Amino acid sequence: MNLRKILKNGFLILIASLVLTACATQKKSTQIQGDVYTGKDSVEYLASGVPDRVFFATNETVLTTASRETLRKQAGWLRKNSKINVVLEGHADERGTREYNLAIGERRANSAKDYLMTYGISSDRISILSYGKERPVDSGSNPLSWSKNRRSVTVKAN
Amino acid sequence: MNLRYLVLLLILLPIKVFAVIEVDITRGNLNPLPVAVSPLSIDEKSKNSFKKILKKENIGEEISVIVENNLKQSGLFNPLNKDAFLQKPDIANLKPRFEDWNLIKAQILITGKVTFVDENLRVEFRLWDVLAGKEMMALAFTTVPSNWRRVGHIITDKVYETLTGEKGYFDTRIIYVSEEGPKTNRIKKLAIMDQDGFNNKYLTLGNELVLTPRFSPTNQMVTYLSYFRNLPRVYLLDIETGKQEVVGDFPGMTFAPRFSPDGKKIIMSFAKDGKSDIYTMDLENRIVERITNHPSIDTSPSYSPNGKYITFNSDRSGHQQIYVMNSNGKNAKRISFGNGIYGTPVWSPRGDLIAFTKLHKGKFYIGVMRADGSGERLLTENFYQEAPSWSPNGRVLIFYRETKTNSKGEGFSAKLWSIDLTGYNERMVETTTDASDPSWSSLLSN
Repeated sequence: MNLRKILKNGFLILIASLVLTACATQKKSTQIQGDVYTGKDSVEYLASGVPDRVFFATNETVLTTASRETLRKQAGWLRKNSKINVVLEGHADERGTREYNLAIGERRANSAKDYLMTYGISSDRISILSYGKERPVDSGSNPLSWSKNRRSVTVKAN
Repeated sequence: MNLRYLVLLLILLPIKVFAVIEVDITRGNLNPLPVAVSPLSIDEKSKNSFKKILKKENIGEEISVIVENNLKQSGLFNPLNKDAFLQKPDIANLKPRFEDWNLIKAQILITGKVTFVDENLRVEFRLWDVLAGKEMMALAFTTVPSNWRRVGHIITDKVYETLTGEKGYFDTRIIYVSEEGPKTNRIKKLAIMDQDGFNNKYLTLGNELVLTPRFSPTNQMVTYLSYFRNLPRVYLLDIETGKQEVVGDFPGMTFAPRFSPDGKKIIMSFAKDGKSDIYTMDLENRIVERITNHPSIDTSPSYSPNGKYITFNSDRSGHQQIYVMNSNGKNAKRISFGNGIYGTPVWSPRGDLIAFTKLHKGKFYIGVMRADGSGERLLTENFYQEAPSWSPNGRVLIFYRETKTNSKGEGFSAKLWSIDLTGYNERMVETTTDASDPSWSSLLSN
């Protein structure tokens, strides 16, 4: 009886660990979660531990949990460096019409701006620049490339 | 065994026959009209004079080639091989031997004559109905020699108008964005060319990003988006003088500009705080008017030809769709209800149709629908294409198409394409570089 129970539990653990490794490898290979890029490929740093960009889902301008965490780090860095102003550059992927993409790039940059402002960064220090789909970082025509291109990048203005 | 084989054969054969007929149906059953374009005749003295000025061996022949190519590109005509022509150009222009032209199956004959008169180019041309054996039209005009390509386009417009009963679109120009360099850092310049790709000229140097140029109905002015000093703003450009100015004084990005049908206003989007609304600016008194006020993205506005309505793109329903409203912004109604998302609506110069880009299940379509949203018809499907612009007679659309790149991001190109309203006669428009955002001018001569 006991042996059977142990075997059964062991079997369950085995299944669980198989599922976990499957998830881990999948995450690593695609670097996408729900349609949002989670990798580090094109990411640059404003300071140590402060990523310069956040990513968005297709046709979305809502910030993800990870994006909010990145922006909180940026807000902390901006508070410490009160002389620095930034430009938030909003971008879209190539799967949309040019004019609408210009507008969605502007809206993405504004999502990031609004969040920085809730952490006490003055709007005077932030300007917005939308590039629409004109400046992709990844020139591929596939879902991973597109996910890297749907972004708002915080760039030092001075 | 033998019998079984026979039965199978009987079943298979009719299917094959049906398949052939079906191809004809989807092709629109259009038989291009066989037309003979005789080289325009020219006397020795005129020939030598033009040779000196234009560096062309035989300007009469050159002009007839322009007419021939235009007619061929239209998809409605089939210009016959000149090698089969029996009559000399000068005699054909005086009195065609219709039996000879009938023999090579020509139904229409174009003849003409070029002369050098008082430093000018004088052209006369005639259009003949070969079957009826009579002249349909005769016309003569004089212009400066450097206009010789336009002469070919004007002749084509007259022929097209006589034979179809509608205005032509050949004496026109296309303004577009010339593209070079890697996809991640494209160099973009404004460029202008004749409708057939000749006389290409760059209007900007490529120092700043430029997008979406659009012709004024008066042809002298162009409105477009420039990232000059990293500030995306709508500009007005005079093609003749090269003079440029910013349109309006907006505290943010202005984009998606177009002229009103009378050329007196520019309609565009202004983006602020994550929402984009539609505005107009009167070019005479500089008064700015707000047309939409909605938390959504409202963009890509285009006036109806009578100026009473505006079609535009909005995501107020949650996704990009096409709307129509009164020109004062009142009474906005959604008109696109098919599957997928819709963008870049542009009103036909005839007023009956709105052309658009549609994205559905990973494919991009160029299509048309009536102004009330009914009768949606998709003309062409591809990996990526957008931004249709109408020929001035509302019969042809020009748009741009981009290719899919491989996993390394290689293989990218952007080209201009045209397609008939019937959804057939799709052709690539030759450009020296990659190209996007085409806008068709109205007829230069009228």
